[in-house]
Amino acid sequence: MHIVDGALSDSVVIGGAVLAFAGVAYGLKRMDLDRIPQMGILSASFFIASLIHVPVGPSSLHLILNGLIGLALGWTAFPALFVALLLQAVFFGYGGLIVLGVNTFNIALPAVLVWMLFHKKIISTPPKQASIWGGIAGAASIVLTAIMVSLSLALTGEEFLVAAKLALASHIPIMLVEAFVTGAAVFLLARVKPDFFAQPEGS
Amino acid sequence: MPQFLEHSMTSWRGQEVEHQLSIVDQFDPRARIITAMIFAIVVVFSKTLWLPFVGLLLAFTFALSASLHIKRTLRRVIAMDMFVLLMIIMLPFTMDGTPLFHLFGFAASQEGFIHAIGIALKANAVVLALLALVGTLEASVLGHALARLQVPEKLVHLLLFTVRYLDVISREYKSMRKAMKARAFVARNNLHTWRSFGYLIGMLLVRSLERSERIFAAMKCRGYCGKLYLFDTMSWQRRDTCLILIIVLFALFAIASGAYLR
Repeated sequence: MHIVDGALSDSVVIGGAVLAFAGVAYGLKRMDLDRIPQMGILSASFFIASLIHVPVGPSSLHLILNGLIGLALGWTAFPALFVALLLQAVFFGYGGLIVLGVNTFNIALPAVLVWMLFHKKIISTPPKQASIWGGIAGAASIVLTAIMVSLSLALTGEEFLVAAKLALASHIPIMLVEAFVTGAAVFLLARVKPDFFAQPEGS
Repeated sequence: MPQFLEHSMTSWRGQEVEHQLSIVDQFDPRARIITAMIFAIVVVFSKTLWLPFVGLLLAFTFALSASLHIKRTLRRVIAMDMFVLLMIIMLPFTMDGTPLFHLFGFAASQEGFIHAIGIALKANAVVLALLALVGTLEASVLGHALARLQVPEKLVHLLLFTVRYLDVISREYKSMRKAMKARAFVARNNLHTWRSFGYLIGMLLVRSLERSERIFAAMKCRGYCGKLYLFDTMSWQRRDTCLILIIVLFALFAIASGAYLR
């Protein structure tokens, strides 16, 4: 969920911008110059994949996929997601300019956390188990994002508590879908290209 | 064109196809980016209601002089306003203050109402100005302009690569969707759909990674050593300085009028 400009308090906006800046800077530092073409193409694929609309109940929703992005890119998820959000803001009018920091941090930090928690498990287990870990990672990243979006709203002021709870609840269906989709994607990747998750970052 | 890709299909190869040169296009890309930044900061951090309103008028002026595609812009702004509405619709009822009216026994406060209007004004002003000033740039020009503004090289290259391959990958994606359709795949509410989408994304990533290896090899062959060269086609002119001066004056005026004091 993109938060728009003007909604959050000054301290939340500035705090988010500082944290996102640090994350992007660290991600760039860990990114090899040689890897830039690969990262760019992967982040373009994620951009396209996140435009897929999945029917859920009577309506449909689009995927976020930050769990899979984290598993594939590690810390580089920060700059990759920042670029994606910047392009979305500038060309589609999603979100805003000043809240870009908050939005990046809310989506990219869960991606990195998921990478830290589940990356080793996924490269060291057979495809079936890896896909279960992938599913858990997909769900966990959405839960974390939902919590962080709600937290940004709740920190802004008491008057946003209801909106924060709504934001939290509205992420439940997408969490379920992402769990299954990420699990299936990890299963296929583990089968077809076992070194996919081992690629991006050496560590 | 399928609905799910409608957004991405319109702008990547540059919006120059879509609209003829406007007044905004005569300004230097760097001046436009800086103006949009200052404008957003001035509007978003203001504590009054009149400043975002003036900002919205100014954003309209930008939009008019950029001769934006009206239907497309409206669709985007309305899509964003749905988010805004979700976020602010409860504000009058959750914020304490003088009651304005009652609905189902809940009091709507005046303060909450004013706050909600402020958010709506700010969000619309920033998005409209952004679409008019920066959204009309070609995506690759945006990258080059950011590089000239001292944004780290790696980030700019990442952006340029992403932009370049969005179109390629989306064509790949569409052909895969067509293949699924030929095998009678219809997206529904079931496990099969989700698993198929997962496999689709996984396969898209495998193909992208292999494509990136080929691209990298081709680049290596042409002497790529981790550095890209930027075109130097931008020229800063007097009207660009004027644009910056105007927006700085607007910022100074906003500060002097006490719009940032509670």
